[in-house]
Amino acid sequence: MTNSKQVLGPDDVRRAVTRMAHEIIERNQGLDAVALIGLQRGGVWLAETLGSEIERIERAVPVGSIDASLYRDDIGLRPVSPGSVSRIDFEIDGAIVVLVDDVLFTGRTVKAALDAITDYGRPSAVQLAVLVDRGHRELPIRPDFVGKNLPTSTDERVDATARGVDIS
Amino acid sequence: MSEQILIIGGRVVDQAGERRADVRVTDGRVAEVAETIEPVDADEVLDASECVVSPGFVDLHTHLREPGREEAETIETGSRAAARGGYTCVVAMPNTDPTQDSVSVVEFVRRQGEAAGLCDVRPSGSITIGRAGEQLSPLGELAAVGVHLFTDDGDGVQDPLLMRRALEYAADLGVVLAQHCEVKRLTEGAVMHEGRCCSTFGLPGWPSIAEELMVYRDIELVRLTGAPVHILHLSTARSVDLVRAAKAEGLAVTAEATPHHISLTDELLVGYSALYKVNPPLRTLPDVTAVRAGLADGTIDAIATDHAPHAPETKEQPLDQAPPGMLGLETALGVSLAHLDMPLADVVAALSWKPAEIAGVADLHGRPVAPGEPANLTVFDPTAEWEVVPARLASKSRNTPFIGIPLRGKVRHTVLNGTATVLDGEAMR
Amino acid sequence: MRHFRSIDEVGTDGVTRLLDLADHMAEVNRRPNPKVPALRGKTVCNVFFEDSTRTRLSFETAAKRLSADIMNFGVSSSSVNKGESLRDTIETIAAMGVDAFVIRHGSSGVPWQVEQWTDAAVVNAGDGWHAHPTQALLDCYTIRTALHRTGGFDGLKIAIVGDVKHSRVARSDIRAFTLLGADVTLVAPRTLLPPTVDVPVTTDLDDVIGDVDVLYLLRMQRERMTESLVPSLREYTARFGLTPARAVALPEHALIMHPGPMNRGVEMAVDPGELPGAVITQQVTNGIAVRMAVLFELLGSGTELEDDE
Repeated sequence: MTNSKQVLGPDDVRRAVTRMAHEIIERNQGLDAVALIGLQRGGVWLAETLGSEIERIERAVPVGSIDASLYRDDIGLRPVSPGSVSRIDFEIDGAIVVLVDDVLFTGRTVKAALDAITDYGRPSAVQLAVLVDRGHRELPIRPDFVGKNLPTSTDERVDATARGVDIS
Repeated sequence: MSEQILIIGGRVVDQAGERRADVRVTDGRVAEVAETIEPVDADEVLDASECVVSPGFVDLHTHLREPGREEAETIETGSRAAARGGYTCVVAMPNTDPTQDSVSVVEFVRRQGEAAGLCDVRPSGSITIGRAGEQLSPLGELAAVGVHLFTDDGDGVQDPLLMRRALEYAADLGVVLAQHCEVKRLTEGAVMHEGRCCSTFGLPGWPSIAEELMVYRDIELVRLTGAPVHILHLSTARSVDLVRAAKAEGLAVTAEATPHHISLTDELLVGYSALYKVNPPLRTLPDVTAVRAGLADGTIDAIATDHAPHAPETKEQPLDQAPPGMLGLETALGVSLAHLDMPLADVVAALSWKPAEIAGVADLHGRPVAPGEPANLTVFDPTAEWEVVPARLASKSRNTPFIGIPLRGKVRHTVLNGTATVLDGEAMR
Repeated sequence: MRHFRSIDEVGTDGVTRLLDLADHMAEVNRRPNPKVPALRGKTVCNVFFEDSTRTRLSFETAAKRLSADIMNFGVSSSSVNKGESLRDTIETIAAMGVDAFVIRHGSSGVPWQVEQWTDAAVVNAGDGWHAHPTQALLDCYTIRTALHRTGGFDGLKIAIVGDVKHSRVARSDIRAFTLLGADVTLVAPRTLLPPTVDVPVTTDLDDVIGDVDVLYLLRMQRERMTESLVPSLREYTARFGLTPARAVALPEHALIMHPGPMNRGVEMAVDPGELPGAVITQQVTNGIAVRMAVLFELLGSGTELEDDE
């Protein structure tokens, strides 16, 4: 806590979100079939914020959340506690799903989320949007939309909220 | 087979009181009791420093299992356990297979006891044939070959008329009938004491009145017939009150209590271990307190072990299927001294001369430690603190509930008819 | 959480945690493909010494939906009948590599006795008269969702009617409902109650029925007739059964519950299909979610997640 350093302030976060919203719209040449799904728990606020921003720029898209703790590959190796129950009120089949998370690290949570999503249906594409990419990938996962690239060491901790991004 | 034994450095505790003394034993009898005896040509010197030298213990209530259940215990292994526990005499319960309801079976048990040579085994007889509660055993025939105590233990005699007849018939045989007080209709399916714990644990309960009703009945039958009754393993507060009142009226009622009923309560069933399953069951703290008080004021005459060996696999069954019963011979002294707040001499009385009287063996056991008396003696350290290790028990079985319970008082030597059966805690045969 | 053998073993916190987990499992069960890989590679063994198709199937389904492997050991096909001791049975199965035992036995206490013979997690699927904690959990979960009571059961009035003395369901329900804050009343004759009871008791069902939030009916076994516990089933139904007259007296919002199987005409003397408050089928559905939660909690692990992915 005492060693915490803020690397992005709330305004920086806001601007990054706006830029990412534009990128999502541009990359998909519009918003047909696009839906946002926030990863429990850190990605939910970001998915909702991105959803509001996209609606402000262009139009509303469906926003859901997914809890991937039942799909983790390290169950029994480290503590696991599900967050809120997954909520996906729209059709996954044929959707362009933009998976949203606050911090991308080893990539294992994203892989678990991919497994979870495919249990709901077959998306036509899955893209990944993260506010912070801190490196140290252990799986072949790469983000499509990044707020900020932030090199870190593995023993550091990164917290990302609407109020800013802190390293400690 | 020594001719002379010298017991040095102990203090003698018997009916006459307590005194520091050495004891010499010659040819099966106490030869000399004096402040200091010099060892001269003695075959065996027994170190009794820090120890009490008392009359040997007498157990009114031991299950030796032979004939019929030799996988749990034999007369030999049971005798060895008895000797280790400081016992020079045990009354063997009749719920063997075949039942001790005939001269041939009784003689078989007696012979096996003599062959083992570790303890004076006195077979009891059953009150009814096969302990079935229907027809009287040949009480006269059995009394004629020396059986003194009769009981259907394992069960109580349910039929009041039959019990009356048994008492009337036995009245002038000079024997004593002993009762396992349990009204069976009230205890069907019961696994533990009926009370708060059995409600929480979800187990069928054995209500106290199932014992008390029969205690009351038999006291009244004593009043009616004039014949004596000995109440086995008293376990409830009200039972103690009933016996106290009966004695106050001068009725010929005696009673015993087990070491587990003065030390353990029904809460121990919380883990559902069959090691704590026994008949009558472990009861509540007020009951334990009342039984201790009963021993202290003489209402309960004797401590009796109800030593009940069971092969380990039988106790590893679900609680309701496991047989009831606990080992007791090797831990009786240790449990009694740890849990009874009584003068040492009174505890020794309850282990030795009082049960000897009831068992009809007072001519040989429980004798004062004095020249000329038969040398049946126990030497024990009353302050030794120890814990039971099941693997080191002499009994063939391992079902002791006293694992982890601190014990105080350990037998060092036991002398039977002038020969050491136990030396330094180890059996000699 | 190492074992799940009784409600008291896990306490209020444990019960709440399992109910929260059950929400996730219920969501999984609503999907077209109700399966997650959470317990892949784990082996669960059903050891049922007492016949019970419905409970066993419920556990089996729960395990499969978590992708665990399931072994079934039923007493009629087992060596227990050939005299193998309980200890040998458990040790033999444990030697085959089992992560969790789900045990049902007619004798109280078996789930505690077996602990010394295996390192596997033990789930109690019912032991004698003593406990049936997964039933209590699914009952709590049903009440929680039907009456929207995620914050606990404070002030909730629950009446449990019938043979409490012989009922492991009742014992576990009383503990669970009480821990969550409900006011539990037992309605039964003295002969059908345990020797001591820690909650209020009445023999007058009509006195309480107008005021309850949950009416929980226990099964009245016909076998009890031979034990002089009640004079006749007819009298039992008249005094303690849910008759049409009593169904009308129930508050509109009240839930009617039963652990199953029902003795129609005895404790349930109306057709539950005609009672809007009857949630008996929901109980069965919720049983799977709740058992998934228990298996996941024991064989996954359950403390706070660190968000650093």
